[in-house]
Amino acid sequence: MLWYLGRRLLQVIPVFLGATLLLYALVFLRPGDPVAGLGGERGLSEAVQEQIRQQYNLDEPFIVQYLLFLKGVFTLDFGVDFRGQEIIDVIAQALPVTFQLAMMALVIEAVFGIGFGLLAGIRKGGWFDGTVLFMSLLVIAVPTFVMGFVLQFVLGVKLGWFPVTAGRDPSFYSLLLPAIVLAATSFAYVVRLTRTSVAENLSADYVRTARAKGLRRSQVTGRHVLRNSLIPVVTFLGADLGNLMGGAIVTEGIFNINGVGGTLYNAIVRGENITVVSLTTVLVIVYIAANLVVDLLYAALDPRIRYA
Amino acid sequence: MPDNRIETVPGGRRPRPGQEHFAAELDEGGLGAVDAVKVDDKPSSMWRDAWHDMRRRPMFWVSAVIILVVVIVAAFPGWFTDVHPRFDCELAKSLQGPEPGHPFGYDRQGCDIYSRTLYGARASVLVGVMATAMVVVIGTAMGSIAGYFSGWFDVILSRITDIFFAIPLVLAAIVIMSMSENRTSFTVALVLASFGWTSIARISRGTVMSVKNNEFVTAARSLGMGRGGILLKHVLPNSAAPIIVYATVALGTFIVAEATLSFLGIGLPPSVVSWGGDISAAQQSIRQAPQILFYPAAGLALTVLGFMMMGDVVRDALDPKARKR
Repeated sequence: MLWYLGRRLLQVIPVFLGATLLLYALVFLRPGDPVAGLGGERGLSEAVQEQIRQQYNLDEPFIVQYLLFLKGVFTLDFGVDFRGQEIIDVIAQALPVTFQLAMMALVIEAVFGIGFGLLAGIRKGGWFDGTVLFMSLLVIAVPTFVMGFVLQFVLGVKLGWFPVTAGRDPSFYSLLLPAIVLAATSFAYVVRLTRTSVAENLSADYVRTARAKGLRRSQVTGRHVLRNSLIPVVTFLGADLGNLMGGAIVTEGIFNINGVGGTLYNAIVRGENITVVSLTTVLVIVYIAANLVVDLLYAALDPRIRYA
Repeated sequence: MPDNRIETVPGGRRPRPGQEHFAAELDEGGLGAVDAVKVDDKPSSMWRDAWHDMRRRPMFWVSAVIILVVVIVAAFPGWFTDVHPRFDCELAKSLQGPEPGHPFGYDRQGCDIYSRTLYGARASVLVGVMATAMVVVIGTAMGSIAGYFSGWFDVILSRITDIFFAIPLVLAAIVIMSMSENRTSFTVALVLASFGWTSIARISRGTVMSVKNNEFVTAARSLGMGRGGILLKHVLPNSAAPIIVYATVALGTFIVAEATLSFLGIGLPPSVVSWGGDISAAQQSIRQAPQILFYPAAGLALTVLGFMMMGDVVRDALDPKARKR
């Protein structure tokens, strides 16, 4: 296990370097000069432009720029954006909001997804199973932004049950509707995954053994079937945390939440490359970390998996 | 050192003394026949079983009809309406309800919503199909080469896959599209495909690795078939099932991703009629006329639903475990 842990940690390094290099190249090798347009109509003098280029290492060759950026990532010093704001402050402001939103969505999709999936899987082929299966397809088919809109309009504007937008320092309640919207698509996948997994495990030999030795139905389902069925679900949920944080761009836009997504989108529109790269790097780190934790959990959850 | 030995066989390989007597003449026809049986028999019987299973399920026919209708509408929107989605607009009719000849009413610009919904199918289907085709080609190539020629190839290709996998699709698409000046269906599909191929690569790598240990692969190799030939003629056709299932579902996901990008204003330009763009435009008028949002959203949802259902049905039919009920 320890050996596996070490090997798995080593694998993360090239992935992290490759992903950040790729993102950095995508953002910084794009045509156009980010400095030239800064002064607006009057433009900046050559000397000032030169100074700004030096400040942001834009006069260095590309690979040196990237290495300097990496150094910044490891020392948590991302520098300042074009408006003089420390980027680490921008991240510190945006990340907790998005993290809270993503965690709320994760809990929602886990609780409801596993619940419905279990009920559907136990009676596979029944009317409840059919309904849940079709509803899950419908939820997947309606894109997040459409659902966000419709729910915001109906539940927020028309009925007034939820706050319409979240704004600055959002409360738990004002993040609830956005979290539901964000969770919806993944919820449908969790339902389907749990259902298939439960239905498969129900016909396994160990379930027959458990029944044969006289365990009550609820004990067989709860202790044996559910626990074994959760392995693929946990894998999905872990990988999904990264998706939720990255995919929050649309949800945060609709509900006006000042999280990573909203900040990132604004930075992209304004062409603040360094902010874009820093935020995407943070998201990639979260994504890689979540996948790493899932891999390790996997080994812990399933005794059949032995990593030599 | 000059080589003054005499070449006895063209092509440079000299048989050891006496060995040529044992070499039988290759009977190409016979070997071809053996191959043909292996190649044609196995996949087609699996597919025939699947077809037998699928055609009894109503969900298959429902999704098939949805896909067929959407594809026909996307290809020939002019068959169903004479109204042009962009040029037959009257601002005077902005946000007006349905009237004869215009069953869905008008949007903010006074354009016919029925016509725009029909023409919007084209962008979605085009981007979805192109992105899926690219993803299948890139993903299968990367995955099957990694899985088949294990060793260093596998290590390098798998790490490259991991790198692309670590960047969420929508995030990468937003970063690239926001700086792209040339935004067409093709570029949107290309961007989606260049970050969306990793799942297929992983799936095909896994299947190829399990398929390549089958007896028929060993048989083909012992019959003297080259590695590339075995991969293309034996391993890939037998690994196709999970790739096809995933591709069907991926088509739906790409359509949603395109609509999301167009909704954010960085997908297709406004000159292209698309559901995502129309939904984005409907945002402003949702209080006065909610029906504007409904039609493009319904078209989008129905299309995605069609492909998702088809993926479900095909997976169930191809999965022997699910078939034993």
